[in-house]
Amino acid sequence: MHIVVCIKQVPDSAQIRVHPVTNTIMRQGVPTIINPYDLFAIEAALRLRDKHGGKVTVLTMGPPMAEDSLRRALTYGVDRAVLLTDRAFAGSDTLATSYALSQAIIKIGQTYEPVDIVFTGKQTIDGDTAQVGPGIAKRLDLHQLTYVSGINEVNLEGKTITVERRAEGGVQVLKSNLPCLITMLEGTNEIRRGSIDVALAAARAEIVTWSAAAAGVAEMGKCGLKGSPTVVKRVFAPSPRAEKAKIIDIGGLTPDAVAAKTLDEIFGRLPTIEKELTAMAQS
Amino acid sequence: MTTTPAPKPAAAGGRAGMKKELPEKFKSYKHVWVFIELERGHVHPVSWELMGEGRKLADKLGVQLAGVVLGGAGEDTRNAVQECYAYGADVAYLVESPVLADYRNEPYTRCMTELVNKFQPEILLLGATTLGRDLAGSVATTLATGLTADCTELAVDADGSLAATRPTFGGSLLCTIYTLNFRPQMATVRPRVFSLPERQDGKSGPVIEYDFKMIEDEIVTKLLQFIPDRDSNKSNLAYADVVVAGGLGLGSAENYQLVKDLAKALGAEWGGSRPLVQRGWIPADRQIGQTGKTIRPKLYIAAGISGAIQHRVGVEGADLILAINTDKNAPIMDFAHIGLITDAVRFLPALAKEVRQRIAPNTRSRLVG
Repeated sequence: MHIVVCIKQVPDSAQIRVHPVTNTIMRQGVPTIINPYDLFAIEAALRLRDKHGGKVTVLTMGPPMAEDSLRRALTYGVDRAVLLTDRAFAGSDTLATSYALSQAIIKIGQTYEPVDIVFTGKQTIDGDTAQVGPGIAKRLDLHQLTYVSGINEVNLEGKTITVERRAEGGVQVLKSNLPCLITMLEGTNEIRRGSIDVALAAARAEIVTWSAAAAGVAEMGKCGLKGSPTVVKRVFAPSPRAEKAKIIDIGGLTPDAVAAKTLDEIFGRLPTIEKELTAMAQS
Repeated sequence: MTTTPAPKPAAAGGRAGMKKELPEKFKSYKHVWVFIELERGHVHPVSWELMGEGRKLADKLGVQLAGVVLGGAGEDTRNAVQECYAYGADVAYLVESPVLADYRNEPYTRCMTELVNKFQPEILLLGATTLGRDLAGSVATTLATGLTADCTELAVDADGSLAATRPTFGGSLLCTIYTLNFRPQMATVRPRVFSLPERQDGKSGPVIEYDFKMIEDEIVTKLLQFIPDRDSNKSNLAYADVVVAGGLGLGSAENYQLVKDLAKALGAEWGGSRPLVQRGWIPADRQIGQTGKTIRPKLYIAAGISGAIQHRVGVEGADLILAINTDKNAPIMDFAHIGLITDAVRFLPALAKEVRQRIAPNTRSRLVG
């Protein structure tokens, strides 16, 4: 079977700093990582390959430096890596991104072998939209299975797949057909550690790099800013609250006395809550 | 929401100058729609929260507000239509079909797309739930229109465009996004970002029924089974009146028990910041913040949480925030209402004891499992 995993290189959010004057993200010196949610997609793909045989191809769209994230993906043991990079993709929103990626997936299918499953993470940590996966599915007419917490069965002969999908208040067990697109939920499987041998090979591995033309992107008008219906008009920092917290003075008091003082403060500000809590405690 | 500072030019890669030149075919698109998320007989409350917000947008635009109800034929679906009016809708669209009885992407996407093409709303709002996000992405892609995820503020501009504001980069920045030249303008909003509007009984309005022709044989994906969550491990964080949460300041997974003890005394829900989930101290569905749950309690007690921006995004809707932290300069002191500069590990047991004495003096405390 042939699986494509879409990944994204993102800034390590723990280290993001915002320029105080221009309100832009200071990317310089911020380490980049594979979007953490994508690791669960990579792992799920590798497990299916280990079970059924076949190949896993990772794909990312981004600037040339996104090659780093593909190399990192190779250390987990994926078979090949494709970088889709072109200035024409700059400024893509989720609609334009899903278009470019879907075109590259078609090309991957033609260049190597037909694609059975496309995996993505649940969402990225920089955009947080969860929209690109469904966008790819729609454009390629793949059966869409989002927020998947487990893959119960893949039947390659019958071209069927059964998964568990997280829903509000429970789990849906869904049976669908291949080819499909799966967005994988986090925490669903233990991510393997790459071996030294694989890591050494990854460092030397060839990364396939495609421009829009090389990937056979059909309509450039659907890419980048031109292909993005959403327009970012303003970027600004959240405004501070008008007043800071009132600090309760605890000088020399025992914890019990501080607790009493704190409750007085809470009940003073929320007069109804004392009644509600009491009613609840006695019910 | 607090007022936003004066707009600054954004590094938006040349987008900021894009002008509104709405194509002729979209000029007839009118009215505000809210997708009513009906699953297993229940409407997700986020639908009513959106109805409250949609009402403001519709009034500003001078157009109608509609609830859009998709479901299997039956009482639950009809009830959802009635509830639309109670929460402020002028009109309801109703599609009853056996293929819509349970949520599946394929029939729901096709049905919503057909409805939009036929009735042409200018704004379409959906909850940012697993269902809403699954559907919104498919519908927006099919219609080739703009979709803004997880909005925290919706407004109408002077020229009638929807201004959708959302956090980005984990909440470090906010950006305001427009879909100038495509319709409908679509947005998703997480549960509890907006408050629930006052319910008004005795309202009614017209129902526009749509005959959806799709049949089961055309649908590939089948729902084999639905496994409900066991109530014991389900968090109701988003809709709790009182929430107690812990952060890394607690020092160890063992100390997290103190948060649960206080929550038990208060009859509250318990949760925590992202690092606690990453370290395995608490399950993922107990995470509060930008990538976890948005909460809107009357009282929020944060113990040993520094208050990173991505946490702030998820708790700002609380009426009263009490922050307990040894560091008086922790960011949380900038948005909490009451601050206690002390070690939460020492203080939490005393607070739990005081609560038990005051609000339930006759009930013997039991340890939480």
